[in-house]
Amino acid sequence: MTADQALIFAAGIVGGALRVGAPFLFVSLGECLTEKSGRINLGLEGVLVLSAMSAFGASWLSGSAWIGVLAAAATGALLATLHGVLCSLPRVNDVATGIALMLLGMGLAFYLGKPLIQPQAPQLPAIALGTWSNSSAVRSALQVNALVPIGVALAAAMWWAFANTRAGLLVRMAGDSANATRALGYSVSGIRIAATAAGGMIAGLGGASLTLFYPGSWNEGISSGQGLIAVALVIFARWSPLRCVGAALMFGGAGAIGPALQSIGVGWGYHLFNIVPYVLTLFILVLTCKPGSVVAGSPGELSSTK
Amino acid sequence: MRDSIKESLLPIAAIAAALLLFGIVVWFAGVNPAQVWLLLFKGAFGDWYSWQNTLQRAAPLMLTALCVALPARAGLVIIGGEGALVLGGLACAALAQELPLPQNIVGTWAVCLAGAAAGALWIMLAGWLRQFRGINETISSLLLAYVAIGLFKHLVEGPLRDPSSLNKPSTFALGQGLQIAGIGGSDVHWGFVLGVIACGVSALWLRWTPSGFSVRVVGGNLRTAQLMGLPASRLVLLACGMGGASAGLAGAVEVAAVHTSANASLIAGYGYSGILVSFIARHHPLAVIPVAIVFGGFGAAGSLLQRRLGLPDASVLLLQGIAFVMILASESLRDFEWKALWVRIAPRAGVAASAGALERNASKEVSA
Repeated sequence: MTADQALIFAAGIVGGALRVGAPFLFVSLGECLTEKSGRINLGLEGVLVLSAMSAFGASWLSGSAWIGVLAAAATGALLATLHGVLCSLPRVNDVATGIALMLLGMGLAFYLGKPLIQPQAPQLPAIALGTWSNSSAVRSALQVNALVPIGVALAAAMWWAFANTRAGLLVRMAGDSANATRALGYSVSGIRIAATAAGGMIAGLGGASLTLFYPGSWNEGISSGQGLIAVALVIFARWSPLRCVGAALMFGGAGAIGPALQSIGVGWGYHLFNIVPYVLTLFILVLTCKPGSVVAGSPGELSSTK
Repeated sequence: MRDSIKESLLPIAAIAAALLLFGIVVWFAGVNPAQVWLLLFKGAFGDWYSWQNTLQRAAPLMLTALCVALPARAGLVIIGGEGALVLGGLACAALAQELPLPQNIVGTWAVCLAGAAAGALWIMLAGWLRQFRGINETISSLLLAYVAIGLFKHLVEGPLRDPSSLNKPSTFALGQGLQIAGIGGSDVHWGFVLGVIACGVSALWLRWTPSGFSVRVVGGNLRTAQLMGLPASRLVLLACGMGGASAGLAGAVEVAAVHTSANASLIAGYGYSGILVSFIARHHPLAVIPVAIVFGGFGAAGSLLQRRLGLPDASVLLLQGIAFVMILASESLRDFEWKALWVRIAPRAGVAASAGALERNASKEVSA
């Protein structure tokens, strides 16, 4: 590997971390908010796919990528609200509902998105981080999604709000003790539905960054488990929005290894490099979780960690 | 008997509601819902040709549903059946390719067992991660499914590829003697019988054997199981292994009976549809059989909807998604007091009717 190739490879990984990591970032933030309120939403995989489709469709129809972003957020919120409401019914389990919404989201997206496979939709603007380099490969590798800074700001805002606002306290209380919430006269279901819906809205932004930035088109293989990896990331980030940012970037970097190797001409084992993020997730879960004990920082009411 | 009728009423109502909702969705696309329902029925059960198609699809569905149902009875939500299925198919094709197997029923059994073993190990890994590493099995099993699909693609497009498969990378085709034939010259292959037997054996195992009973205790109440001194982890691994073996067998049967070699057609989503089938069957192995046939039928009718009405091929996936949501929502009605509702509505709905009933009751009391 020459020095030039090494630079392109490194830029590919860094740029890829920001590019591939964007959906992980938004979905893990959304899941973090949902889980803080005491529910797990595995359906965010479905939210991601459906909002990716609606972002692309709205951007294509309206001619503005930002309307696509709004559409994605709205779709994500709607599907997540369905999760929140279903889980509030008696005898309905949140894990099973998540699986159902995963299938429903994909089914809806593939059904409605059929006419969107061919066209080109207006894309989100890119922030150029590579202007210092005179290599065009490096410059194109360091084009960053305009939604990423929003995501980072959102993570900081969520971290602050959980610690310092009334709403943040209520969400944490619903997640840690339903009895305490009821004793104080608040509706547990109401708080959880609201948190799930807001989480779905945030996850929807992840869908928008899939179809409106990278890879930048709509097809049925747009997400292969990224939503689910993000759910696992929240465990690794120990339910802290700030750590979600770091985890998402790390996973983006892992996911970028395959394409970065291809860009410098290594074609061998493409599929093997694509499974790196999944293996890494499992490996990190092995390191984070311990049998018979709850992960530090997990909300007390969470069924998945009990 | 009465109970089992009552048990099945709720899922049937849920599927009916899902069909109704699906009809509304296609109505928005300008398609007549009645026509869709008719085609769904015709494409699934209309004639012998559709029945063959339906039963052919029901075979892997039954087996992948067992991959959800058996671990579920031990208290685990495993959703990675797709991974066990593709690895099962891969193991089946790889064994046939690497070893000179006898080209007869013995060889067929060998490749099927190889598939079952691969699937069993894969799902047991998810069970092991949960029991000994404390990792949520729902997440890990689905991640493992993506790992399995990646491994499958790598091996099929690389080391195990038949160089003559140009456009569609495949392994070498199974020898004629190894392939599973249709029953009596039809398209329905012996894999269907295998699926029915697997469901029956699983039901018998859960109902009548000590280990099956122990698995149900572990799934029903872990503390009781621990107090009884049951080896919970070993039982969980056993349930995962049996479920994984079923899904792996599904992959092997698909390769040996339908595709004849391992290629991307194997990744058709049977593992995910199996989750739905198992949930509708309430994780009961015997109930899996009819539910798998119904959803195999919807799958078979999918291409008819596409050809005749121009609906997208994802219509069936959408119908499955709606059905899944409906079936979960219907669970909340299980404890619902219909009589209480009737008592509340009846006076408003018709005073005369209830007054009539009261009179009748009164006259009964008098005559008694």
